[in-house]
Amino acid sequence: MAKKVALLQGNEACAHGALYAGCSFFGGYPITPSTEVAEVLSGELPKIGGKFIQMEDEIGAMASVIGASLTGAKALTATSGPGVSLKQELIGYACIAETPCVIINVMRGGPSTGMPTGPGQSDVMQAMWGTHGDHAAIALVPASCQEIFSETVRAFNLAEKYRMPVQVLYDEIVGHMREPVEFPEPGELEVIDRTAPSVGPEAYKPYDTSFGDVPPLAAFGSGYKYHVTGLNKAEDGFPTTKADLVDAEERRQISKVKNPTALADIESNEEYLTEDAEVIIWAYGSTARSSRYAVNELRKEGIKAGLFRPITLWPFPEKRTAELAKQAKAIVVPEMNLGQMILEVERVAMGACKIAGVHRVDGEPINPGQIIAQVKEVL
Amino acid sequence: MAYDYDKSIRPGKLPHIWCPGCGHGIVMKGLIRAMDTCELDRDNTAIVSGIGCASRLPGYLDACTLHTAHGRAAAFATGVKMAKPEMNVIVCGGDGDGTAIGGNHFIHACRRNIDMTYVIMNNYIYGMTGGQFSPCTPTGDKASTTPYGNPDPIFDISKLAIGAGATFVARTTAFHATQIDKLITEGIKHKGLAVIEVLDDCPTTYGRRNKFRSVVDMMKRLKDISVPVAAASKMTAEQLEGKTLTGILHQEDKPEYTAMYKEVIKRAGGAA
Amino acid sequence: MAERYEIRFSGAGGQGLITAGIILAEAASIIEGKQAVQSQSYGPEARGGASKSEVIISDAPIDYPKATVVDACLAMTQEAADKYAVGIKDGGVLLLDDDMVPNTPEGDYKVIRIPIMRTAKEEIGREIVANVVALGAMIALTDVVSREAGETAVLNKVPEAFKDLNKKAFNLGFEKVKKLMN
Repeated sequence: MAKKVALLQGNEACAHGALYAGCSFFGGYPITPSTEVAEVLSGELPKIGGKFIQMEDEIGAMASVIGASLTGAKALTATSGPGVSLKQELIGYACIAETPCVIINVMRGGPSTGMPTGPGQSDVMQAMWGTHGDHAAIALVPASCQEIFSETVRAFNLAEKYRMPVQVLYDEIVGHMREPVEFPEPGELEVIDRTAPSVGPEAYKPYDTSFGDVPPLAAFGSGYKYHVTGLNKAEDGFPTTKADLVDAEERRQISKVKNPTALADIESNEEYLTEDAEVIIWAYGSTARSSRYAVNELRKEGIKAGLFRPITLWPFPEKRTAELAKQAKAIVVPEMNLGQMILEVERVAMGACKIAGVHRVDGEPINPGQIIAQVKEVL
Repeated sequence: MAYDYDKSIRPGKLPHIWCPGCGHGIVMKGLIRAMDTCELDRDNTAIVSGIGCASRLPGYLDACTLHTAHGRAAAFATGVKMAKPEMNVIVCGGDGDGTAIGGNHFIHACRRNIDMTYVIMNNYIYGMTGGQFSPCTPTGDKASTTPYGNPDPIFDISKLAIGAGATFVARTTAFHATQIDKLITEGIKHKGLAVIEVLDDCPTTYGRRNKFRSVVDMMKRLKDISVPVAAASKMTAEQLEGKTLTGILHQEDKPEYTAMYKEVIKRAGGAA
Repeated sequence: MAERYEIRFSGAGGQGLITAGIILAEAASIIEGKQAVQSQSYGPEARGGASKSEVIISDAPIDYPKATVVDACLAMTQEAADKYAVGIKDGGVLLLDDDMVPNTPEGDYKVIRIPIMRTAKEEIGREIVANVVALGAMIALTDVVSREAGETAVLNKVPEAFKDLNKKAFNLGFEKVKKLMN
């Protein structure tokens, strides 16, 4: 049987990806350019007995998502820059309380209200460093409507597997444009559920590290009574100020994402003509699409250009970026901001090659011509 | 025979953090008795709080307890209740947490009339941070951030709740220990958002700045200002000057939010 | 990128040009199995003022999702013609509403004029189908998808009660252009 294909906006593809992943709760607040995610789910979730709630504000939306997740639901919210800024404290809460949830950020310009209907990529550092305190972050940056579908599924998988908030960031261009999206059959994409406790309620501790860096999570209302707090806590979930326990907890929350096995599991990149490339265009999201166009044009002119496209932006693809910096004469980093991920590229390249940015924040996409010009300039 | 509170308290979690003379412990005992009276299954009961002294209460109780961020208890609780409507959801916290930083979530929980019981301990002050004025600190009173007397008008929490649409609103005080569990019991039994405001005392950060010589003085004040609603109906405006009504202030039947959402699911053709 | 074909629908907000773009993209991708990307201008423009919707159609995966040089452009208003005809490539085509766009913007492209709004109003009796008249005209002009695919995509999009109306609108637009081209 032919698969279902529909022409979908990026935001619509996101909503359908969430449903595929088993999302049963959405808590949100209207904000351009993400609102279509909420609109689709307000119609689709009740059809499967799921819950949609439009909360009183962005913070309340994030709170409702964490609350729902603790009952065992796969929970989602979708917003844009101003909303993500408001949600930051509770994103940190989800980090320390180790509560799985997915946050969609359809990026527009900024700061503040900025240009609500224009695209931007200026929240990429915020995705890592937005909430206060030390913590790990996972952020995915799909570049097409099909990929928004599959990366939303992967975001839920990673959130459930690593017990933490996962952000999916895509810009307004991909959020609002329409492309044919093929709906995967059930089972075609992997769907991961959180690990349930293997011990009974009496022996259960919500942060029991004897099960590894990611302890099993029981659902409220399933016979397990336990305590959840935003304070630094011991394995039993209760607050502690004991130095060794706090230190171990903080470090584990980062190592659960940054240990080599987890990194290999979480990282995802696409490379195009990088094997012999003398210049690497390092780009993500819709800007990577302009970059691929630029690579093709440059190759026609005999310039050995290649594209490195992170699909997982955080944790940062340090190893591969460093390798490419050693291989290439130059790395060009186009992004719709005034220079964010280029700082990370510079950090890991450690001076191994020239690095130049292409930056634009006027509400217009970076076009291939701008990238081509910068590549020629830098070589 | 003494009431058995121990079966509801998590082993090893006492002593609590509250100062001697603080009324929060009285409220906690009232809540335990109310939960017992209603025969709540603690496996299936979530107790959700924000930040502050009063918000430490859930940690002592043996249930599914969720100590959230400052002001956000009602919104977390809404997520819990929506996702699992079969759970009993109790929210507790203080006046600053619930009506200042959490004011928006508080009024919207009232508006939705979602089936939760919100026990709000109003001790007129931000206690945990050392006694700054809250939206409930009486005008003219002293707090660490009102050294010349508080210029702010106050929120009447119960009136706020009624105005926002809560369908059960009651008020009592930490002095009226036996009324606390009766009102919370009524609130738990009520289908919809129930607010139980308990006027409370903070001898450490409010009392000492406002010329209360002892906890007993503070308790006496709570007793003196309280007038049961029934008695108030027979009193003149002059007699009611400076008094606070206690008992069930408002009760009505209105559709409950998760029940309304069940209808949405039905209309969408889904199975709840 | 010879296989990349870019079409722009422009006019006033509320004229249904985003829908016209979506239908064309569906005809190309869902019905004919090509690659297609549709995008539009958002914001105050979508609520009046000049508005545009762009469709890129290709046999190969489409990387840059926005228009580069436009192969074919529709302008339903003078304002839109003045603002959006600029991006048409040399040798491209500009389709104008004959009544609404008195002044032809200068450029190295072929200009075709048909009375789009008037056709909708007088021959069908419903101004609201002007976008479908325009879509039929655009497909006749560019051959970017087949007439059948275009018509099927239109019919897939509209409620049962409006199918005849829209089928007529599509074919009137298509035939008016074909007649001019022959």
